Amino acid sequence: MKGSDIILEALKKEGVSTIFGYPGGVVIPLFDALYHDRELRVILNRHEQAAVHAADGFARSTGKVGVALVTSGPGATNTITGIATAKLDSVPIVVISGQVKNDFIGTDGFQEVDMSGLTRPVCKHSYLVSDIRDLGRVFKEAFYIAQSGRPGPVSIDIPTDVITASMRNYQYPDKVELPGYKPTIAGNPRQIKKLAHEIQNAEKPLFYTGGGIVASGAEKELLEIVELTNIPFVSTLMGLGSAPADHPLFLGMPGMHGRYAANHAMMQCDLLIAVGARFDDRVTGDISRFAPNALIAHIDIDPAEIGKNVHTEIPVVGDAKHVLSSLKLLLKHRESNGWCKAVLKWKEETPLAYRQKENEVSAPQYVIESISRLADEDAVIATDVGQHQMFAALYYKHRKPRSFLSSGGLGTMGFGLPAAMGAAVANPEKQIIAICGDGGFQMNIQELTTCALNNIPVKAAVLNNEYLGMVRQWQDIFWNKHYSKVCLRQRSDCPPNCKGPNSQCPEKYFPDFVKVAEANGVKGLRAETKEQVESVLKESFAHPGPVVMEFLVRKEENVYPMVPAGKAIDEILMGDERVLI
Amino acid sequence: MKEKHTIRMKVVNTVGVMARITGLISQRGYNIDNIIASPSEDPNIYTVHLVLTETEEKIEQISKQLNKLVDVIKVTDISHNKNYIVREFIMVKISSNKNRSDLLQLIELFEAKMLDLAAHYLVVSMTGSPRKIRRFLEAVHPFGIMELDRSGEFAVKDV
Repeated sequence: MKGSDIILEALKKEGVSTIFGYPGGVVIPLFDALYHDRELRVILNRHEQAAVHAADGFARSTGKVGVALVTSGPGATNTITGIATAKLDSVPIVVISGQVKNDFIGTDGFQEVDMSGLTRPVCKHSYLVSDIRDLGRVFKEAFYIAQSGRPGPVSIDIPTDVITASMRNYQYPDKVELPGYKPTIAGNPRQIKKLAHEIQNAEKPLFYTGGGIVASGAEKELLEIVELTNIPFVSTLMGLGSAPADHPLFLGMPGMHGRYAANHAMMQCDLLIAVGARFDDRVTGDISRFAPNALIAHIDIDPAEIGKNVHTEIPVVGDAKHVLSSLKLLLKHRESNGWCKAVLKWKEETPLAYRQKENEVSAPQYVIESISRLADEDAVIATDVGQHQMFAALYYKHRKPRSFLSSGGLGTMGFGLPAAMGAAVANPEKQIIAICGDGGFQMNIQELTTCALNNIPVKAAVLNNEYLGMVRQWQDIFWNKHYSKVCLRQRSDCPPNCKGPNSQCPEKYFPDFVKVAEANGVKGLRAETKEQVESVLKESFAHPGPVVMEFLVRKEENVYPMVPAGKAIDEILMGDERVLI
Repeated sequence: MKEKHTIRMKVVNTVGVMARITGLISQRGYNIDNIIASPSEDPNIYTVHLVLTETEEKIEQISKQLNKLVDVIKVTDISHNKNYIVREFIMVKISSNKNRSDLLQLIELFEAKMLDLAAHYLVVSMTGSPRKIRRFLEAVHPFGIMELDRSGEFAVKDV
């Protein structure tokens, strides 16, 4: 059997149906095998980074392993951002790259780069397969490692002579032997018992849930527990959708752009139960002042997360779904107490609010609310990074898990469109919406062609404020409006110390997104005022193919609530620049 | 408080396993005092000894991170564990220009081994506990250490 056939067979045995890829010299033999194959669908992206984000979107929206296939050298280096994005958000993907022939490794051959070395710090595990006899085992291990324990990306680098080599008596292994890799699934019963005891006795308990709920599929268990015990809960960006946004006990997202009630509940609780969340600095704010009165319990499948950022009294290493179902058996009904009523009152008293006048340019929040209102119940949205991402986190009514795909850990601009593509390929029956800013959208805008040619019906909403809005917001609030290189309309003859839109601004803004869409074979629509938002969305959602919807939005809108970097998370700017304590 | 910790690991003998270990440590911003890797009784399994000067919390975190590496089977911080015998091997070139007889006496006292005896210097080797090595080096320091090579610390489980 040839190396290329071993690879294709391994992919099929692992249940892979779609590969996102880009060919090149050393992987021609593998693409030749794919040329003759009728089972695997290969989608030709227009950039390797987008291929990896697409595999990532495929994986996030389904829980299955996403696969990308690229060539050596620049093909391999272009995947690094995608791999790091998946690593930081614990997404199971396998990235297969070609490598120069074994004999050429280490000679700085044409398109040679040390892929297993490059990926080492940004992936869960990496392989260089220098012998065809290892191919089957490596694929078996790679898929197992990617999706078990705390999921993550695995890189497989294959020299071209291994792809073309042959071997006899080949069989794909049916199990893995990894003495150094044994994820803990069931939590320690003593710790779970201790946690149950603390929950029963706590005056002010709070659940702090994250991406681990989605990764382990623990949504049902989480809701059963909070409803049984009447304990309010917050969810990080990565966990959004694990509970319906309108759940009566849900306080919203905490952190830098977190809701007032969520942040204050985090600061004032006496028992904080983290489940599949990692006390990221964007959530905790000033860590030395975080949750000063709380006993901290932490349920996580990754033991290295426990105690990493905060001191943890009750560590429970295990899979969230598994641990929560064991925990539930030990819990008794708790009445809604004063604490619960108080935090829900905070939530009621601090609704999200923004300004929107009739016949004017839209507020970005209004666009998100409209998408939320008009989208299908089970629509999947993928975002880029920046203001629109935070507006989507705050204003979109998240309904279902695996329906909000966003680069939380790495914060990768250019993620939205390709991730939406991956989700659309994986979920042909669902409506897939990319929500992007005009900055990030241009970072992988070439994928519009891929959408058009492969009939991938992504509806891309571009919230165009002509700025790199989140950086501009920081410059606005903390840097005396020094809008340094954030205006996407800026020309070489603009005055150097611009502090915002004025009468001298250049008339034209490039690119014209509607024309870009049309040039790529994608339908293009534009809403210049609030009144046009709904009709553009309706027309777009009714169209069977991919669409770019350009929404002109208010240029200098800021995301609130906001906790300045380095502050405690109850030192919130609510929008009128008044500090509420 | 920062203290010296000796971490003993069992790892699978694969290409790049040392790169993964050292890469992880530098990536997390720690500095390695010394590191030794050598085959164990099973040729597929290597023992790695790693010495780091860090606080208790950081050592715990780095041990957990090391444990996460797919090729790492077991990580033990043996610093405060009485059940381990810790040894280091040194070779040292010492100037013998002054008080040569005192120096020879010290070498005998510490049971160090004479490897070479030249007109102006001598070379000795010694194996011992970290404390014995430290004491010996302190004692010969005034004579003038011209060159020092140390194996780094390694340990074996006693019980």
